[in-house]
Amino acid sequence: MMSSGFSIYRVGISFVMMCIFYKSAVDCLSELSPQKYFSTLQPGKASLAYFCQADSPRTSIFLEELKEAVKPLQDFGISVTKVNCVKEETSRYCGKEKDLMKVYLFRGNILLREFPTDTLFDVNAIIAHVLFALLFNEVKYLTTVEDLQNIENSLKGRANIAFSYVRAIGTPEHRAVMEAAFVYGTTYQFVLTTEIALLESIGTEAIENAHFYFFHCKQVLDLTQQCRRTLMEQPLTTLNVHRFIKIMEAPLLTEVAEDPQQVSTIHLQLGLPLVFIVSQQATREADRRTAEWVAWHLLGKAGVLLLLRDSLEMDIPQHSNVVFRKAEEGAPVEFLVLHDIDLIISRVESNTYIEEIQEDEDEDMESPDMDIQDDEVAETVYRHRKTQLPLELTVELTEETFNATVVASDSIVLFYAGCTSTMLLTRVNCADWSDLCTKQNVTEFPVVKMYKEGKHPVSYAGMLGSEDLLKFILLNRISCPVNITSVQEAEEYLSGESYKDLVPYSSVSVLGLFSPNMTTAKEDFTEAADYLRGCVITGIYSEEDALILSNKYAATLPALLLARHKEGEVESIPLANSRAQDIVQIVTNALLETFPEITVKNLPIYLRLQKPLFILFSDGSINPQYKKAILTLVQEKHLDSLTPCWLNLKNTPVGRVILQTYFDALPPLPCIVVVNLHSGGQVFVFPAEQAITEQNILSWLKKLEAGLESHITILPAQEWKPPLPAYDFLSMMDAAASQHPTRKEPKCTKETNVQENDKKQHEDKSTVRKEPTETLRIKHWNRSNWFKEGEKSFKHDNKEL
Amino acid sequence: MGLLAATLLWGPPGLLLTFALHPALCSSAAPTSGPPHRDYCVLGAGPAGLQMAYFLQRAGRDYAVFERAPRPGSFFSRYPRHRKLISINKRHTGKANAEFNLRHDWNSLLSHDPRLLFRHYSSAYFPDASDMVRYLGDFADRLGLHVLYNTTIAHVTLNKDRQAWNGHYFILIDQMGHAHQCSVLLVATGLSVPNQVDFPGYEHVEGYESVSVDPKDFEGQNVLILGRGNSAFETAENILGVTNFIHMLSRSRVRLSWATHYVGDLRAINNGLLDTYQLKSLDGLLESDLTDLAIVKDHEGKFHVTLKFFLEEGNQTADTITLPQDDNDNFAMRVAYDRVIRCLGWNFDFSIFNKSLRLSSGGEFSKKYPLIKASYESKGSRGLFVLGTASHSVDYRKSAGGFIHGFRYTVRAVHRLLEHRHHSVAWPSTEHPVSQLTSSIVRRVNEASGLYQMFGVLADVALLKENATAFEYLEEFPVQMLAQLESITGRRAGRGLFVINMEYGRDFSGPDKDVFFYDRSVGHTGDAWQSNFLHPVIYYYKGLPTEQEVRFRPANWALPRPTAIHHIVEDFLTDWTAPVGHILPLRRFLENCLDTDLRSFYAESCFLFALTHQKLPPFCQEGYLRTQGLMGAENLRRRRVERGLPRGHASVGRHREDGGQGPKGGPLVPGPPLQPLGGNKEEL
Repeated sequence: MMSSGFSIYRVGISFVMMCIFYKSAVDCLSELSPQKYFSTLQPGKASLAYFCQADSPRTSIFLEELKEAVKPLQDFGISVTKVNCVKEETSRYCGKEKDLMKVYLFRGNILLREFPTDTLFDVNAIIAHVLFALLFNEVKYLTTVEDLQNIENSLKGRANIAFSYVRAIGTPEHRAVMEAAFVYGTTYQFVLTTEIALLESIGTEAIENAHFYFFHCKQVLDLTQQCRRTLMEQPLTTLNVHRFIKIMEAPLLTEVAEDPQQVSTIHLQLGLPLVFIVSQQATREADRRTAEWVAWHLLGKAGVLLLLRDSLEMDIPQHSNVVFRKAEEGAPVEFLVLHDIDLIISRVESNTYIEEIQEDEDEDMESPDMDIQDDEVAETVYRHRKTQLPLELTVELTEETFNATVVASDSIVLFYAGCTSTMLLTRVNCADWSDLCTKQNVTEFPVVKMYKEGKHPVSYAGMLGSEDLLKFILLNRISCPVNITSVQEAEEYLSGESYKDLVPYSSVSVLGLFSPNMTTAKEDFTEAADYLRGCVITGIYSEEDALILSNKYAATLPALLLARHKEGEVESIPLANSRAQDIVQIVTNALLETFPEITVKNLPIYLRLQKPLFILFSDGSINPQYKKAILTLVQEKHLDSLTPCWLNLKNTPVGRVILQTYFDALPPLPCIVVVNLHSGGQVFVFPAEQAITEQNILSWLKKLEAGLESHITILPAQEWKPPLPAYDFLSMMDAAASQHPTRKEPKCTKETNVQENDKKQHEDKSTVRKEPTETLRIKHWNRSNWFKEGEKSFKHDNKEL
Repeated sequence: MGLLAATLLWGPPGLLLTFALHPALCSSAAPTSGPPHRDYCVLGAGPAGLQMAYFLQRAGRDYAVFERAPRPGSFFSRYPRHRKLISINKRHTGKANAEFNLRHDWNSLLSHDPRLLFRHYSSAYFPDASDMVRYLGDFADRLGLHVLYNTTIAHVTLNKDRQAWNGHYFILIDQMGHAHQCSVLLVATGLSVPNQVDFPGYEHVEGYESVSVDPKDFEGQNVLILGRGNSAFETAENILGVTNFIHMLSRSRVRLSWATHYVGDLRAINNGLLDTYQLKSLDGLLESDLTDLAIVKDHEGKFHVTLKFFLEEGNQTADTITLPQDDNDNFAMRVAYDRVIRCLGWNFDFSIFNKSLRLSSGGEFSKKYPLIKASYESKGSRGLFVLGTASHSVDYRKSAGGFIHGFRYTVRAVHRLLEHRHHSVAWPSTEHPVSQLTSSIVRRVNEASGLYQMFGVLADVALLKENATAFEYLEEFPVQMLAQLESITGRRAGRGLFVINMEYGRDFSGPDKDVFFYDRSVGHTGDAWQSNFLHPVIYYYKGLPTEQEVRFRPANWALPRPTAIHHIVEDFLTDWTAPVGHILPLRRFLENCLDTDLRSFYAESCFLFALTHQKLPPFCQEGYLRTQGLMGAENLRRRRVERGLPRGHASVGRHREDGGQGPKGGPLVPGPPLQPLGGNKEEL
């Protein structure tokens, strides 16, 4: 018997030792015998003791909670002890039965309260109850409205009241209130209630939650007047209560005369924005009253200051009457013009609202902006919308003037829609004269048509650029074909003498040679010439002595003579049984060069050949040696399966970008590539270390053909997809329909005003344009996953728009 | 129903009945060779009849218009009684576009002749009705329309015949007993029968059609007006200043057109009485079911309003009848009236149509109109179409189909349907490459007047061709017939379609709605779906919806649920050409529906793409590759080079990098596969 008792004692000791040992690290529940316990009690010091049977289980839910309460209670200077009732030392606090053990609160050795363990159901309850018992005088527990009124009346002019409603004693909210009362209990009169009726008497509607009010009674001198009340809008936690009381303690309104950026108040430290009401000496009193009114309304939401403009060294924009500064460090100061004090309040309220939203919408901010113009044509048109074009040089035609003009003189007409730029002789704005454009069969814009007396109007089918258009107009000046009447004239025509000024626009002059009786062939040729109007000079000679020419140029009639002016050659092609279409084809092919300089303008013509391109990239003019080498290869028919050409990077700077696409970095120039555009998209490069000679190229081409060369890249074959997603209005509508009836209620009056005001002060860069509708949009975006893969960088290069 | 552009008054009913000839007379009139035949017979030379005649004439069809009066537009020679039309004649819009200007010209008929625009006939914003009569006369004469005046069609019957286009001929019998045989009957007789209400004492009530228009006759009188439409308010407006007071009594509350966005409701030009009522200047508005009323004339000749219920209490003399104020001494209408005037609108005249035509009224809500389909064809007999005001059941209280500025377009739509049905002329359309889709839509929503006036009824349709590289554009199609589009237009919807409709915000319009609330309009493109004012809405369907889908579409939807929808944000100026605000979001929508890139590019960019991609964007394919690229002026190009344009050159990815973005990154290359809008259907 003895030994077992001893052993228990020893265990007890060792426990105490362990506790001491670990004291610094873990706060542990000390276990003592009753005797020992009472001997440790110090006068004036509160202690909580749980008396339990020594043989009760080591752990129970209550003990766990009690252990957790040790540290917080110690912070309030209250020690916690588990007292083991050993049989030998019975204490009156030790209950008779295991289940009836209680917890006792002592101050010194005076018993203050006893608690059944079930009231202390968790750590919050323990702390709340203990503090509640200790702060009996500081925290008044009220149950009736009269009690509250009495206490309010008695404190008017003397002290402020911290009123709290909690659903029950022992809740976390109760604990928070008690903890605050421990700190502020002597400064403010704390009032606590669990009665809903009391809360209702204050005028609160949402009563599910705990509430914390601050009653401003101290400055109330008239007993019939009610104390102002400020509701804490944040959830009732210890931290929030502290924060709230700190704000309540701060002066309602501060007068400052320094740069708003430099001012620092408790509000900023607590993360609240500052509102400066701009005032001047002359209106100071009135402004002060306004500011106080605002301050009362913003109490707990923002700090309000009166800023005296006169005594300020910095400049405040002239009309702005309110300065707004967010709590975040480095946030710019906003200068606002608000004509209604309600707007100041809604401004602060909406701002806090947006901040909350933004926190969880960060991801969206990264997504590309669908509103940024990514159509380069539309973009340049828009950018040049204010550019004045010399339109006085062109005659604007209307429905009324069109026919008369076109009949009276040969005209070039540009049909355009709205804001497309113009550069021609006459023009029709189809946005205004849609009927006319429909009649002229103009359904796409822009369209250029040439109206010549007695002829069908010709639609221009070339590149829309001034050079090409000029060529079209000039070549259209002469008849098509030109009727040539003598051999001498024909010779002049072929030599380029006849139309010297036009030769630069038509590298080839075409002459149809017929004997006078070949009427069908002549008709076909004339038809073809008409088709080729504007792109090449054509002539026809069908006099009796046509044979003179056909003999000279070794042609059999009917024949085509093609005079290449650059080369000074005349080529002859027999035309027997060629229809107009064939003639057009022959001429078009003849216009192709064997080794052209490829340009933006002529690439489409060469692409029609559907062959892989053999391109020599040259920085400036092509080296004649290279040219010679390649021309030799062409003549020897080694390049027949390819379209050989060269690209002058000086004339076609975009060639650099092409090279960058093929190679990682710009390769040494010149450089030869073969691009298999039409089947496979492989790009092959002629080895840079080899000299560009006939032999080298030939052997490279052989290897290429044999499949021995490997490509450096393959051009992407993807289809062109939408560059960015569209708004998914359908799901937005669905979402709205499922949430609430679609009617947009006129409830956001305040926000609208704020918006309008924001717009008015466009010049103030600091105003942030954020309205509730926009956040709504962001929310909707979030719903679709489209933006996840969006490209961020896209966003930045469009500030101009 | 107001008087706004309502069509021809069709003969007094009494006269018609006397000529309701029996078939025997008819057959004796045309014994052997059969009656003279017309392919198209139009009843009534009012605006709708003349409009149809114009289209038939232009198409070279065999037609005749039958008109009772000696000249066109006889309705307007008597109505509105106070002569002021409330359809606007806006002569200036600051634009030259004739089609756009029609949006604000509510009186002209459609024709190719610019002299036949109403602005040449009146300079008044609210023109005089006699100008309309003059205008319609000129319209018929100048265009040489084939109208048989002084011909009253007294009876219309049906004659089955297998040879006939529709399996039967319509036989019209005129006042002389002559018969006319028609393959297609186009009824444009308007609403001509004044609406009557049956209650005791109705005989004391004067009708709008005969009441004095001289204010002097109302000097110092107490006037009660029954009805609350434009004719009632027009009547009140005329005498407002001379009466003691005017009370206006109707079954339901007043509907203001600026709140309902329906031109047939009370227009602000007539609403002086609302003003004096709300300012308590003795005039007033009351609501009560007229059929419960009774009017009693006392010994002084004054009228008292009582309830029918009291009259049933047995034999009472006029002066002893119980009045409501006997029980209820503050009864609102306890005052005696000097006059009671009825302005209750008009009904369609069904009396001339034989039962075999099965032309019946359109149910509870539109008793006054004959029952027709969305194609304006009678539900009862094939080949009978109702045009003009009488066809308003299709869009009653929604759109403008009951008024000239609305039905001039629906008449054209009917004509187009007939051209296809009987002459194999497909619905007119234009075909464009898909790169022109955005600009085609932008053009139409900015100028089209039919879409604008007949919002929700007529809509443009863009039918995608195979491979979606081109589309056919159909204008002003009756959109409720969408399911039958292929069979009634002769066009094919191969690979999906876009429908371009104009709409007000779903819940914006209504008699009790506050249309002036803050935030009533949105400005941001992302909020476009919340637009309230009339704005373009584009529906995308992967295939034509079925009849079931059209009929059982969601409440408040103009069209069945689409695969994707786009709203072009409402615009204060109704000018939807803003590059970023209007066109860009539209292009993105179309791109995502078609799963392609619809941007336009300069030739230089196309050149780059041609040498660095195996495939080209549609714009380059359709323009540049056909040597029709946009070179751009030299100064433009230089700027672009300076700015590093064409943007995203550097981003053209190398194959090894899987086509990703280069350092400067712009989404110029086919980027990561984005889900096309069209792909959402399954998920929803």
